[in-house]
Amino acid sequence: MSDFNLYQTTPRQRQRAVVDRLARWGVELGGLSVILAIVLIFAFLLSVVLPIFVPASVDRVAEFSQSSLAQSQTKYLGISENGEIGFRFSQQEPLQFFYSHDGSLIKSFELPFDGRLKRVVPVDKEGHIFALLDETNHLILVEVSYLVSFESGERELIPRVGFPYGEESIEIGALGDPQFLNVERDEEGLAFVYLNIANELQLEYYPAEEGDEIGEVDSDYNLEVSFPVDYLLVNDTAELVLALSKQGELLVLDIKDKDDPEVLVNQSLLVEPVTVQNAEFLVGGSSLILATSDHVLTQWTLQRKEQGDYRMVSPRSFDLPGDSSALITEARRKGLLVFSAKQELTILHTTGQKELITTGPLFDRADNIALSSRSDAFLAEVNPGEYRLFDIDNEHPEVTWHGLWQKVWYEGYHSEEYVWQSSSADDDFEPKFSLVPLTFGTMKAAFYAMLVAMPIAIMGAIYTAYFMTPMMRNWVKPGIEIMEALPTVILGFLAGLWLAPTLENHLVAVFSLIIVIPLSFLITALAWQFMPPSIRNLVPTGWEAAMLMPVTVVAVLLSFEVGPLLESVLFSGNIQLWLQENMGISYDQRNSLVVGIAMGLAVIPTIFSITEDAVYSVPHHLTEGSLALGATPWQTLTKVVILTASPGIFSAVMIGLGRAIGETMIVLMATGNTPVMDFSVFQGMRTLSANIAVELPESEVDSSHYRILFLAALVLFAATFVFNTAAETVRQRLRARYSNL
Amino acid sequence: MKNLSKWWKSGSPWIWLNAGAVAISMVTVIALLSLILVRGLGHFWAADIVEVVYQGEGGSQKIIGELIRKEQVDLKSLGAEASEINNGERWLLKTGNREISADFRWIEQANVVSVSKPKELVVLERSEWGAFYGYLISVSEKGKLVAKGENAWSEFSQRVERVASLRKKVRQLERVEMGAINYQLEKLRLKRKKLEIDKADTPTALEKIQLEERRLGEEFDVYMADLRALNQEIERDSAVFQVMNGQEVSISFAHVIEGLRPNSMGYAQKITNYISTFVGFLKDDPREANTEGGVFPAIFGTVVMVLIMSIIVTPFGVVAAVYLREYASQGIVTKVVRIAVNNLAGVPSIVYGVFGLGFFVYFLGGTLDSLFYPEYAPAPYLGTSGLMWASLTLALLTLPVVIVSTEEGLTRIPRNLREGSLALGATKAETLWKVVLPMASPSIMTGLILAVARAAGEVAPLMLVGVVKLAPELPLDGNFPYLHIERKFMHLGFHIYDVGFQSPNVEAAQPLVYATAFLLVLIIVILNLSAILLRNRLREKYRGVTG
Repeated sequence: MSDFNLYQTTPRQRQRAVVDRLARWGVELGGLSVILAIVLIFAFLLSVVLPIFVPASVDRVAEFSQSSLAQSQTKYLGISENGEIGFRFSQQEPLQFFYSHDGSLIKSFELPFDGRLKRVVPVDKEGHIFALLDETNHLILVEVSYLVSFESGERELIPRVGFPYGEESIEIGALGDPQFLNVERDEEGLAFVYLNIANELQLEYYPAEEGDEIGEVDSDYNLEVSFPVDYLLVNDTAELVLALSKQGELLVLDIKDKDDPEVLVNQSLLVEPVTVQNAEFLVGGSSLILATSDHVLTQWTLQRKEQGDYRMVSPRSFDLPGDSSALITEARRKGLLVFSAKQELTILHTTGQKELITTGPLFDRADNIALSSRSDAFLAEVNPGEYRLFDIDNEHPEVTWHGLWQKVWYEGYHSEEYVWQSSSADDDFEPKFSLVPLTFGTMKAAFYAMLVAMPIAIMGAIYTAYFMTPMMRNWVKPGIEIMEALPTVILGFLAGLWLAPTLENHLVAVFSLIIVIPLSFLITALAWQFMPPSIRNLVPTGWEAAMLMPVTVVAVLLSFEVGPLLESVLFSGNIQLWLQENMGISYDQRNSLVVGIAMGLAVIPTIFSITEDAVYSVPHHLTEGSLALGATPWQTLTKVVILTASPGIFSAVMIGLGRAIGETMIVLMATGNTPVMDFSVFQGMRTLSANIAVELPESEVDSSHYRILFLAALVLFAATFVFNTAAETVRQRLRARYSNL
Repeated sequence: MKNLSKWWKSGSPWIWLNAGAVAISMVTVIALLSLILVRGLGHFWAADIVEVVYQGEGGSQKIIGELIRKEQVDLKSLGAEASEINNGERWLLKTGNREISADFRWIEQANVVSVSKPKELVVLERSEWGAFYGYLISVSEKGKLVAKGENAWSEFSQRVERVASLRKKVRQLERVEMGAINYQLEKLRLKRKKLEIDKADTPTALEKIQLEERRLGEEFDVYMADLRALNQEIERDSAVFQVMNGQEVSISFAHVIEGLRPNSMGYAQKITNYISTFVGFLKDDPREANTEGGVFPAIFGTVVMVLIMSIIVTPFGVVAAVYLREYASQGIVTKVVRIAVNNLAGVPSIVYGVFGLGFFVYFLGGTLDSLFYPEYAPAPYLGTSGLMWASLTLALLTLPVVIVSTEEGLTRIPRNLREGSLALGATKAETLWKVVLPMASPSIMTGLILAVARAAGEVAPLMLVGVVKLAPELPLDGNFPYLHIERKFMHLGFHIYDVGFQSPNVEAAQPLVYATAFLLVLIIVILNLSAILLRNRLREKYRGVTG
């Protein structure tokens, strides 16, 4: 067609040439778009997954000094949720709100104080409510909040100050060193924990909900501590109090019952000469974080021993670059920020079990540091009136390779485990993202499915391709195709609603089928062998399968008749109970056996078709040669045909496996979907695919959970890609070989 | 004995075992299909109602219901104190009347005193609380008695029909007329918001919208009044029934969909009723959290989705196949394309769902929303799962099916036909368009049918990209632009999953699930068989040409 130029061309011919060329381009583009599609799927999945493996970064975004912020010593520095606005409680000045990028003042509020501010205690983990203590030991609670306004056309935050527990202050008369004052709240009231003048640990509880005036003290408790208290901490649910000395002596007090607190632990955590440098509760209030002088950061959590008493145990520890000067725990995640004596910042995450970043020295010294509750920015006061603002890019600290694929010691657990438990209502929850139970479930389901499918499909295909009469073949092949076309939702629904209860009632019968069916086939074969020729000649060879169909039905019916009898004789009438009592195996109605059978049925046609194809296209001269040399048909089959077709059978199994791994609906409907790791055939599982189907619609876009589900999809994609590519390469090679033979 | 060992060595038993594998597969397929067929079709049969006199714990009592199934049980293992009976038969009765007592009940056969089928027993299909069983006592209109005793039944049947026609009018009014007004009002709201965003909200423009809104509001009020009148008409009559414990219950006709006396129906009547129930199943909306009523929206949603998918997938699939067979030189590129096609076929369907949700819905849809539909914010318009994205996702999923089938068709077209065309001076494109593709069209059809069958049965990806358990509106209706590609839709396959596994009362929903499954299997088997037939005919046709 390029020859068009050789001749005199008319406009019509030119037009035809153009159309021809356009068609060529279009078709080529269309053809290559198939590659594009597969690459696009892979690239897109990867692009969603990648951010979870991007390391954290810390960047300085602003530095400024403001004289208005330099007056009077800063007692507490805070920052809004998104890091936009900073605020400062100071000794004498009013409460000042300023833009965190340049320090320009937005608003200031006079606080109802006579004397000077002595201490500010944050009450909630989000940094909204503060207890302010003045020099006369009077205390008042202040709430800082922001109003979003669009009045000026732009989105604007307007700071507000309120008094959630009234404007009346209360006096804490017995307060000793104000440094040890803690205020926490639960749903019903406020708990004050401090060291009193006599250096005893004191607890006061005021039943007051938000909006109430703080009334009279409800319970009052004190306890003498046998060691000098250097750290006094209350967790954010106001349930635990920890008193800790520099030397690591620890006392844990359970104050759930405010009238009757109970000492849970009296334990020494450290060995001389190691001392505590910083101590803080992790969010959720069940883990203590200690930074010690041997440059180690350790997580301690309360564990109940068998006898019922408690101990502090350490699930994990991290090495630090040096002495630590400050320790800040994140408000919404199990992460923490450690500043070293040289002001290097190390960001860690406990569940992720990973040091995410260690920066160089960020500044010379810092008097106050405020971390936003989203943990994406912090503001540091490096000198009076001089500030630095940093951005933290650390979206998915909890997701690490270690956390996904290895055992992790989660809070409240007794040892390291593989757990998948993704969702919970509140921020305190420690998400447990181990893909191991899901991958295990996927492989378990695929294993049982292949166990059912492989023998039936391969044997059936060999028979169909090699022994069956063409007439019957014309019926069998569409039958198998119909089987392949059955939607998996149908198979899954039958498995869940029909097969599972049937199996439960007839378990013995179903297991006896494994022996009864092959046996009945052999008996039929034997009987046929010794039939008089007059009968044998009635049915030509190649119709064995048709003859065996009624045999199968009879065998199944027989098993179901005899099953209950067997059950009552061998298993005292109830096999589930018997298994439970004698073998300690519990029986789940929707279990791996159900999945194995149902998914086996879904995989059989895939393996069958490809195997049949491979066996059928073995060149005839090979088999004829073998037969001519005196081999029996069976010998020819095993020694010639199967050997030649084995790559095809291999690729059939690969493709079948790929299908079993990715199958969703059957597993979703035929199992209980509990992510357990149990080899038992009578237990269910949760697979990667079912997990995606269950959780993705509810998962928040771009959250860690969302990205991990995409990772699960990517794992499935990659696994099936490997299986399919292997199978396809083998098949292409096989085809080339056949055409050479 | 020697014979036996010779027989064993000949390999014949192995051949029989292999044959057995085929037998097992075939028996399983047939058994599965028959199970669905029997259970699915049984759903529409008006089964007889039994009245059982039962000797229970609290003395003798009457139980009225439909016998669902009988089971042999080992009562001992159930934990019952087996005094005299160890093993027995127990029956599951559907006793309905959910507002009065539990709607399913197990009874032990040993305690059954007598079973009868009184001709007067009535079963009602209701719009709430499920089925109702009882004896009709009387019929009243506006609280005044109109019929009692023997002629109550004919009066009752007439009034049920009257209510049915009224209900049809209500539905028409709500769905079509009032639905259209609501749709237009929503459009006006968006128009106003759009004007505000574009800073074109001049007083005249706003006034125009307001005027239109007022007009629609008035129109709506008129319809509303009609609707109220109709509803009053529907609630006019009521009937009194006696239920199994002797209590008399008054039931408003507003809740009665259909009333039958199955025990007095002959076979001819039952068959007529069977057909009308089946038709109702096909064309009615679901009721009671999908556990009763029909599946029309699910059929409709499936069909529309599959149609859009076909429109997308056919050109792409055909072009890719043409590239592989007609244009590309067989080499590394075609090898890679083939591997890509095979992988597209092998990638688990749920992965397509994940991709569809992430790429089509959130990425493409979200981008289009922020560019062209800012007025919908904060609610997403295209940035949420819907018909369009579901069709696209399934088009991607079924692409390999079309490619493989078309390619097979192209391979079978004899070379000399192409060469003849080229020799006569046609360009390659002309040969393709006028000779090759027409000849390959049956195989393209085959591929398309198989793709449709696959898409109709696929559920996992749809759960992520657009299917819902109950869609308030159909994706195709009388409101411009008629086809609403952004709407969520219902799907037969998902309906099975949802009703069978997510509904609160699985036992009550089971017959409907089987019926839906039957419908789906029927569609898919028909599609596949026609594809197989088409393909076989095609092969026959070219056997002559190539030979």
